[in-house]
Amino acid sequence: MTIFLSLSVDRDRCVGAGMCALTAPQLFDQRDADGRVVLLDPEPAPAHHAAAHQAAELCPAAAITALRTGAFDG
Amino acid sequence: MDHAPSTRSPHDAAHAVELVTRPDDSRTGCPFDPPAELTRHRQEQPLRRLRFPDGHLGWLATGYSVCRAILADARLSSRKELMHNPSMDLGGMEIPPAAPGEFINMDEPQHGRYRKLLAGKFTVRRMKLLTERVEQITAEHLDAMEKAGPTVDLVTAFAQPIPAIMICELLGVPYQDRDSFQEQAAAVFSGDMEEKMAAFTAIQTYLAELVAAKRADPTDDILSDLTDSDLTDEELLGIGFLLLAAGIDTTANMLGLGAFALLSDPEQAAVLRGDPSLAGQAVEELLRYLTIAELGLRTALEDVEIGGRTIKAGETVVVSFPAANRDPEKYPEPDRLDLRRQALGHLAFGHGAHQCVAQQLARVEMSVAFPALLARFPTLRPAIPREEVPLRVNTNVYGVESLPVTWDVTGGRRVVG
Ligand code: HEM
Repeated sequence: MTIFLSLSVDRDRCVGAGMCALTAPQLFDQRDADGRVVLLDPEPAPAHHAAAHQAAELCPAAAITALRTGAFDG
Repeated sequence: MDHAPSTRSPHDAAHAVELVTRPDDSRTGCPFDPPAELTRHRQEQPLRRLRFPDGHLGWLATGYSVCRAILADARLSSRKELMHNPSMDLGGMEIPPAAPGEFINMDEPQHGRYRKLLAGKFTVRRMKLLTERVEQITAEHLDAMEKAGPTVDLVTAFAQPIPAIMICELLGVPYQDRDSFQEQAAAVFSGDMEEKMAAFTAIQTYLAELVAAKRADPTDDILSDLTDSDLTDEELLGIGFLLLAAGIDTTANMLGLGAFALLSDPEQAAVLRGDPSLAGQAVEELLRYLTIAELGLRTALEDVEIGGRTIKAGETVVVSFPAANRDPEKYPEPDRLDLRRQALGHLAFGHGAHQCVAQQLARVEMSVAFPALLARFPTLRPAIPREEVPLRVNTNVYGVESLPVTWDVTGGRRVVG
């Protein structure tokens, strides 16, 4: 089984603290205008799953959702 | 998580405790630990009744998960006019609401309007671009220490000036004004009430002039950038003052207290000296272990059920950041400084909508400054016994008043190029 991860962000909740961009720069950036999150990769490769979960956990505004889904191969 | 062997009863009032902060007089000798009493509270009741000096019966939160939940909850307000003061009885004196721009003491939507404008200036990317500049300023101060040494006060020679210069540059305080600006800013946080008030007025006057100057003639800095928004002069002044107030004393105390912690623990200092790539992680652990911001205050706008208790509308909660960051349920062996530990998730910068807006700046400053200090002076050590290092008392930001340090001067040479 392959584990997929579906990442989403809620910009209205985001407070631009930058914890996601700090810990998972391959997945998140911030807008210069207001510091709010820019999602770079909504379906990150397995190598980035741990970083995605960590970013969701660290977010001070609970603005990141990392949803795990599985799919049977073949 | 619910820790309730519940004392949810009218007897609560009888069991209310009073607030203690560092340094703890009953301390076992470790100046970095939260008072033993707070640790006991966390073990017994991570959210418990607190008696305020004005008689108000509020709450004290010391457990990691309950503190985090409180800080994340928008029903718990940051408006300062709603707060009971946990350290003194104001004798019924009314606290005015936040001044324009003073968004740390506001709720949504007012808070968000300012926060948005500021957060864009303090992004991870923008702050990382300042790394080189921080390295340069740090090197200059290390050079000056070397010339002045081999005994200096690390607070005035290193911990204070580096963040102060960064704030000046971000706000766009011109070079010729920096010395007097820094002097006045420092005076706002020390000395007697009269001196503080005088310095406060001087800084306000100066900032008002600065705002006018930036409007007339914008330069490359945050304050100038912000003139290109719908903010009024009054709001810009408030923001400038908030950045100064929240920014100058904090990183300075982390650098001073952090250096004291590292020099008190040569093994951990060696870990960082040996592997400067640990800097980022080490900074998180120092933030957690030292947690210089003593407390956060919130007042319930409505009845809020949290941590198995009900905080009633109008009740003020004190969140103890240091106690939360030493919670063994979050951090095994919490009282050990371990620079190799994964400390992220700590509450040293707060949590929720008000989590420090400039934390990425503080991170860059500290990740540069600590390793550079250790690398420059391999034999750096406190110049006085550890018990004699003067600690700050009765402040919201913990730290050392001064930190005399010394080092070996090799071969009688003072300065090496
Ligand atoms: C190591 C250094 C620092 C520490 C430990 C620290 C700690 C904190 C904490 C705990 C809060 C949250 C307060 C609350 O929730 O009630 C906060 C907010 C804030 N800090 Fe920092 N801070 C640091 C550095 C700075 C710097 C360098 C600046 C400015 C340049 C700054 C500006 C602010 C501002 C403006 C807020 C209010 C944010 C808001 O209400 O949205 N801080 N800080």
